[in-house]
Amino acid sequence: MQAFATLLDALAYMPSRNGKLRLIADYLDHTPDPDRGYGLAALTGDLSFTAAKAGMIKELVATRVDPALFGWSYDFVGDLAETVALIWPAPPGVNHPPPGLAAVVEGLSTAKRGSIPALLSGWLDSLDATGRWALLKLITGGLRIGVSARMAKTALVEWAHARGVEASVEQVEELWHGLSPPYAPLFGWLDGTGQKPDVADTGGFRPMMLAHPLEENDIQSLDPADYRAEWKWDGIRVQLVARGTADQARIYSRTGDEIAGTFPDVAAQMGFHAVLDGELLVAREGRVAPFNDLQQRLNRKRVTAPMLRDFPAWVRLYDMLFDGGEDLRALPFDDRRRRLEEWFTRTRPPGMDLSPLVAFTDWDHLAHLRLSARDTVVEDGAIEGLMLKRGDSPYIGGRPKGPWFKWKRGPLTADCVLMYAQRGHGKRSSFYSDYTFGAWRGTPGADGELVPVGKAYSGFTDAELVEIDRWVRNHTTNRFGPVREVAPGLVFEVAFDSVHRSTRHKSGIAMRFPRIARLRWDKPAAEADRLEVLERMVAT
Amino acid sequence: MIPAPDSWVTPCPPDRGGGLWVEPGGFHVDPTRPVERAVITHGHSDHARPGHARVLATPGTLSIMRARLGDGAGLTQQPLPYHQPIQIGEVMVRFVPAGHVLGSAQVVMEWRGSRVVVSGDYKRRFDPTCPPFEPVPCDAFITEATFGLPVFRHPPVEGEIARLLHTLSVFPERTIVVGCYALGKCQRLIAELRRAGYDNPLYLHGAHLPLCALYQEQGVDLGDLRPATVADAASMRGGIVLAPPSAMADKWLRRMPDPLPAYASGWMRVRARARQHGVELPLIVSDHADWDELCQTVTDVSPGELWVTHGSEEALVHWATTQGVTAKPLHLIGRGEEE
Repeated sequence: MQAFATLLDALAYMPSRNGKLRLIADYLDHTPDPDRGYGLAALTGDLSFTAAKAGMIKELVATRVDPALFGWSYDFVGDLAETVALIWPAPPGVNHPPPGLAAVVEGLSTAKRGSIPALLSGWLDSLDATGRWALLKLITGGLRIGVSARMAKTALVEWAHARGVEASVEQVEELWHGLSPPYAPLFGWLDGTGQKPDVADTGGFRPMMLAHPLEENDIQSLDPADYRAEWKWDGIRVQLVARGTADQARIYSRTGDEIAGTFPDVAAQMGFHAVLDGELLVAREGRVAPFNDLQQRLNRKRVTAPMLRDFPAWVRLYDMLFDGGEDLRALPFDDRRRRLEEWFTRTRPPGMDLSPLVAFTDWDHLAHLRLSARDTVVEDGAIEGLMLKRGDSPYIGGRPKGPWFKWKRGPLTADCVLMYAQRGHGKRSSFYSDYTFGAWRGTPGADGELVPVGKAYSGFTDAELVEIDRWVRNHTTNRFGPVREVAPGLVFEVAFDSVHRSTRHKSGIAMRFPRIARLRWDKPAAEADRLEVLERMVAT
Repeated sequence: MIPAPDSWVTPCPPDRGGGLWVEPGGFHVDPTRPVERAVITHGHSDHARPGHARVLATPGTLSIMRARLGDGAGLTQQPLPYHQPIQIGEVMVRFVPAGHVLGSAQVVMEWRGSRVVVSGDYKRRFDPTCPPFEPVPCDAFITEATFGLPVFRHPPVEGEIARLLHTLSVFPERTIVVGCYALGKCQRLIAELRRAGYDNPLYLHGAHLPLCALYQEQGVDLGDLRPATVADAASMRGGIVLAPPSAMADKWLRRMPDPLPAYASGWMRVRARARQHGVELPLIVSDHADWDELCQTVTDVSPGELWVTHGSEEALVHWATTQGVTAKPLHLIGRGEEE
């Protein structure tokens, strides 16, 4: 546990990707099995604990620490796990060694709920402050160290390379779902002492092929005849792994999370035998609903009948990786597309359709189609932009540069007025960096009032952040903990992908992907946009 | 009748000199503005200000003040070694080691049977560059509380030095630039690195050179030190450079090959603080007492009253009160939280 804590601590402060990879490889190099496997699983997000929650940790610390001292400390530190880790008073005479990571993981998964507080206290007593912090972050599930699952696997592969074992991230990703922590066979292969694990028939995830964003300059060097265009639908990318019966169906998200349990309506239609790539959407009578509707279905542990009825899931298919047991990934896109169409005609699975190819003559024509996507025959709000795929491209896991591009639709914008600013986290914790902004309802200056329409914390430079922070401090009219209310005076040009109805917001609308496009120091607040302007943009 | 401590030692408003005013002695302790007669606990700039007429301090502190303030160190400078009493006005004064930095002292003052001790800044752990803190029983103990919250428990310095050296081994092509205070922290880090067996040359920012030379003159062995400004960049690769914290955001840093920013301070214990400084390697090394040391000191000194200044006064006052010690916050203006 202490070695893992040292790793998390170093990762949390390391801004560079290469530095992070180096730190993870160093950990794998110096940590024995099974700890290193559990450490890797913690980084990839494959460990989860449900038994210990923030409330239990608060109760535990209350048995050891004066509440007034805890209160002042929590105010100062601002993070519960960190405060508890730092303030936890180790009783004198503790002489048992700190637990290994494997002991923690196995202990938590086998312990009865009632015995967890005592187990946790014993561990906290024997760890140092960094060890306690890592333990509490691990069990409450909020590592926030800027390491993605893919980065952790990349580090694993680089570590293997240093030991003379040739392996790729895609190979590891393909094996991943057929293995479980602490991944002994995987480490056996990668440290050169064992064979590559054979997990061919586990219904595993195949790394998805991803696209690079298209830069305006790129397009001039591309030959339109080489590329096929499709709409980029605004849902979530999924991989359907079907092996003949619905109860064997697997649905993977882009990051390889298995979500069939959340979408039983889709899984129920997967009685065929194929691996397909598509977009998960909510659709009614073949018409795609706004992303907001899909949001109602995401991340639900329990799926209710009304949810299935009101937000029916739909899959729009892009590609075919396996037809039965036949691996199509090495075939060119055009051939896979033909196989997909033939298969679809043959199978006609309910709740699915094909994403149509968009015919175009040249880039200008396609650019015109992209710009008009918002108000053409295509469902408004269902399109994020266009995908360009080379007709001869094989299906390669990862993000190879060249064969696939995404060409996003230009954003919508509105001029909004800053209303509230909240202090940020991490290196921004001394800056007011999270902004809630509003639009006018009624006439500014007369009966008009600002109503909040969105929140953003990106799109500005560090230098602009310093300026906004200073402005916020000088124009504060009210404080609520870390939040300051400011006088109307600073106008942001806000960019966003779409606007949706929302009953949770006073304004009745919510923005998707809002970010600050420009600071309008020049614009008087009274000239900012009215709510009606945003209401007219609502995707229906 | 023995006078109450607050009848003769009082916080002084800045416009009358600041710091503490000792009426029967006619002197200030650590005044923030120029005064006629100043007793100085140690050489940090929020305690040792320029422009006093007469200055009483330990020989170590006076040499530091001369190095930093030149002519501003005081028109008349009177060195007073540890443990030697001297009478100023009606007050007997002596210095006792505070363990903070070279020359740092507590001021022990006695008047008509009443004893007040001003701790200045202090710590309780081993420091190879200065003698350790000695508790002195008294009627009123004036303590700092820079790290006066129970979240501040500085880890053993050996572990922090080990982390620094391990980072060097993981990133041998980078240069670790450690931000640290020019007085005290810099020399202690160097001495601890030497104690851990690191005897490669250490590179110093220009601002750190004079005080390191002074420490060496005072008999503290710091090993092979070289100015970073004239060193060839390639020779610093895989090495350690010490610089003032302010230099870390400066163009100066660009001369280092692939610098890895570190910062040695007790504040590094709190992650948000460390991130604010853009640090990749926070080292929790402090020359101030941590929470446990503050509490231990109150217990050891066992004062009639505890006065708490600069830091989180409220928490230490609260704790002392629960221990049956009469305690109050003392708001002194102009003391930084810098370390």
